[in-house]
Amino acid sequence: MSELYAYLLLLLVGFLPTEIWRMLGFVAAHGIADETELFLWGRSVATAVLAGVIAKLILFPPEALASVPLVIRLGAIGCGFLAFLAVRRSVLAGVATGEVVLIVGALAHGI
Amino acid sequence: MSPAPTTNPAYCSRTAAFLAGFRAAWGAALAYVVIGTYIGIAALARDFGFDLWWAAASTLLVWAAPAQVILVSALGTGGGAVETALAVGVSSARLLPMVMSLLPLIRGPQTSHRALILPAHLTAVSVWIEALRLLQSVPRERHVPFVNGLGVGFMAAAQAGTVAGYYLAGSLPPVLSAGLLFLTPISFLISTTRNCRLMSDWLALAFGIVLGPLLAALHLGLDLLWTGIVGGSLAYAIHRLRETLK
Repeated sequence: MSELYAYLLLLLVGFLPTEIWRMLGFVAAHGIADETELFLWGRSVATAVLAGVIAKLILFPPEALASVPLVIRLGAIGCGFLAFLAVRRSVLAGVATGEVVLIVGALAHGI
Repeated sequence: MSPAPTTNPAYCSRTAAFLAGFRAAWGAALAYVVIGTYIGIAALARDFGFDLWWAAASTLLVWAAPAQVILVSALGTGGGAVETALAVGVSSARLLPMVMSLLPLIRGPQTSHRALILPAHLTAVSVWIEALRLLQSVPRERHVPFVNGLGVGFMAAAQAGTVAGYYLAGSLPPVLSAGLLFLTPISFLISTTRNCRLMSDWLALAFGIVLGPLLAALHLGLDLLWTGIVGGSLAYAIHRLRETLK
């Protein structure tokens, strides 16, 4: 991919499809209330896409993460999630626990 | 309730309010999750062959971590431009209600429309959460500069993470590279879970986790888009049905 083409893609495929929602929100801010049915559906769709991205990154990860066995990746996600629930829904506690489990597991596996 | 006079020196001028917002961003635990998330994104971008300037520009222009992950992984694995744009667009739809519910909070009777363009662009999950939490203690006429400071503060954290992640990814032992790449899925999973309030949110999360890899493994094309539309609509429909039957 040429350098100029990469920036063109960034503008057309990254910036525009994101910014359009902000600008629509900017327009909508004049009157419409939050939490209407349409936005509830939109939020569900967005959440499902994001969940799909997360699951794909864990199951079909990029190279460096793919060297860690799937069981360890899943175990780390599970432990991080439990820590998040246990420690007053703290994002930092969950992420830190997941990372520690992943790294210790990977080291134990000889990576 | 009478409005409190602007006596707090932290808000005595627009610049002071901007700096107070900037400091508030760095004082929030979320700033460090943002740094970690962007370390993961930059490592991913480097893994897929993008350069640092491209990664930094994508943080500045897109400013939505999930969209950036989709953008980098889809383009990096040779995904089509139209499919990628649709998936990015679907994932960013959540920004509409966020901007819509934030702008009315920050504009005063004197605020021009133009002054709200920058806060709209800076709106992201982190900014939105902290703005809702902190704005009540900021005088109304300083809301715009405060939110701009907050947004620029979080974006500075993201850019610091982008640079750090980009340089760290190549030079670290494999186990730490794996750890950096793991930050993206785990921090997204946990922050998305934290944002789940309604049953439709929880169902959408569960359906997306199942459908995403399943549709990807079936090689149907547009798998993230279908994950969103099928999983999200199903989650919404079940939620609605349950509310109706109540």
